[in-house]
Amino acid sequence: MTDIAASSAAKTPAEAETPFQRFRAEFFESRIATAALALLGIIVILAVLAPWITPQNPYDLGQVDVLDGRLPPGSESFAGYTMWLGSDGAGRDLYSAILHGLRISLSVGVASGIIALVIGMAIGLIAAYLGGRVEAVIMRIVDLQLSFPASLVALMLVAALGKGVDKIILALIVAQWAYYARTVRGTALVERNKEYVEAAQCLGISRLRIVFRHILPNCLAPLIVVGTVQTAHAISLEATLSFLGVGLPQTEPSLGVLIANGFEYMLSGRYWISVFPGLALLFTVVSINLVGDQLRDVLNPRLKK
Amino acid sequence: MTVFVIRRLLQALLVVFLMSVIVFFGVNIVGDPVYMLISPDADQADIEAAIRRLGLDRPIWEQYLLFLKGAAQGDLGNSFIFGEPALKLILHHMPATMELAFTALMLAIVIGIPLGLYAGLYPDSPISKGIMAGSILGFSLPTFWVGLMLIMLFAVELGWVPATGRGDVGSFLGIESSLFTRDGLSHVFLPALNLALLKISLAIRLTRAGVREAMGQDYVKYARAKGLTTRRIILVHVMKNIMIPVVTVMGLEFGSLIGFSVVTETIFAWPGMGKLLIDAILQLDRPVVVAYLMIIVLFFVLINLIVDILYSVLDPRVRLRDQGA
Repeated sequence: MTDIAASSAAKTPAEAETPFQRFRAEFFESRIATAALALLGIIVILAVLAPWITPQNPYDLGQVDVLDGRLPPGSESFAGYTMWLGSDGAGRDLYSAILHGLRISLSVGVASGIIALVIGMAIGLIAAYLGGRVEAVIMRIVDLQLSFPASLVALMLVAALGKGVDKIILALIVAQWAYYARTVRGTALVERNKEYVEAAQCLGISRLRIVFRHILPNCLAPLIVVGTVQTAHAISLEATLSFLGVGLPQTEPSLGVLIANGFEYMLSGRYWISVFPGLALLFTVVSINLVGDQLRDVLNPRLKK
Repeated sequence: MTVFVIRRLLQALLVVFLMSVIVFFGVNIVGDPVYMLISPDADQADIEAAIRRLGLDRPIWEQYLLFLKGAAQGDLGNSFIFGEPALKLILHHMPATMELAFTALMLAIVIGIPLGLYAGLYPDSPISKGIMAGSILGFSLPTFWVGLMLIMLFAVELGWVPATGRGDVGSFLGIESSLFTRDGLSHVFLPALNLALLKISLAIRLTRAGVREAMGQDYVKYARAKGLTTRRIILVHVMKNIMIPVVTVMGLEFGSLIGFSVVTETIFAWPGMGKLLIDAILQLDRPVVVAYLMIIVLFFVLINLIVDILYSVLDPRVRLRDQGA
């Protein structure tokens, strides 16, 4: 026993590493995923630091000058700083507006993603652990909801609820929880029949404790993967709804609202007002998706070589 | 079998009923449409008359019962803005949406399947890698932003096709559609391409997976041994086998195309149901919103019902499992 362990450790030093170190090494094997993670990191840092690194607070009407309206990229503003990405119709510096918009887009996407994850996880675990009628009813509702596209569910909800940050987050949660519930239930069903659960039951550990302390940690890997992809989806969906004018109000200009504002200037050739916020959205969504793809490959034991 | 179909029908009816409750109460609790419809200098008596005319003075459950009674007779209420029946308004806008969704589906099949075929036959070639990277982009790019870029490139910079609106309507075999005129086709191209992007990616992935699986099968080896040309093996034998799942899935996606057309129609000012919905939401035209949502729910429930029944015909295990549960 001991020399088998010793010889395998001698053959591949990687085996001796902690699981986290191995996970890290495998994740960074892909150059694209590494680049995507770096890009995502930069985007998050820019969004968090937005108020301190932008020349203008786009919501402070005292700092916005209508005379600066629709300036092409690289123009100098009335206040003297250079607008590297130009300005929008109201005279806001686009660079400042985009970073502030990123803050809103990211926080709405992440907040709705996390709440949907917690709710979906709880419902999925309950379904898997209780089984029987409860499970049948829950899974019927999940199936029913998944038969409608998520974007349509969200659109229906905002049509009913109206505009506002709280309402859009609620709509995104309702549109997403079913994906998490299905994922958790699927994994938990497999985990429930494993020996360690049987062992825990023999030790007389309570059902709740088994579900949350033993089964749940083993369901986390697929949840993280679904979580990253769904968050990207939520950000994109929020932008779409805001663009349609049924999402966030003008007072909370996310990237979608900025793109919508630039739409009217597009046909007259003032491309930058829509294009730059769009690129910010694009980089965010694509980098999250690429990171999610790599996470799926690394965390899925079936794909291990 | 009959029992199965009846059970599914009852379930579908229950879903439609539940959705009508959610949609009706949800939509009618938000906002006050009266103030958008009357002139700002109307006095209290005018406002009250308007409220009564629209039936908004009754308690909400009574409004719902009236709505349900009307719905059973095919009347989903009158639009607050246009004064016409909401159902008629939506049916009037439906052909434009159908036309767009149909063209998008055709584009997805015509563009997606050949690209997927190529990527499946030569998985290691740089072109295939490019196609696959493109399909990932197709999945992750937000539709509305791609739409804007398409307008900017093809309509504003190059000026090849018009940016917005629907073209002249022509008539062929008694069917009226803008697909029958040159002007109409040039108008439908951009929005249809925009709407099709996601489905093109889907078609590429399905076809590629199908081809890669089929190429290792015995019947392909046998056809090779028989001395058939590669062209014939691929176009006749392989295609025949992979087309069935691909076309089935694409057909099922038609529903989501109609759902997604809300975004595309708004960008391209396409006069379909989706644009009608967004306008109705913004103007608080509740009957139109309710009617649209009910029609979409009905549409999806119907598609799911048909799929369920088809699957149970094709695969008896589905039917048996349902009876056991």
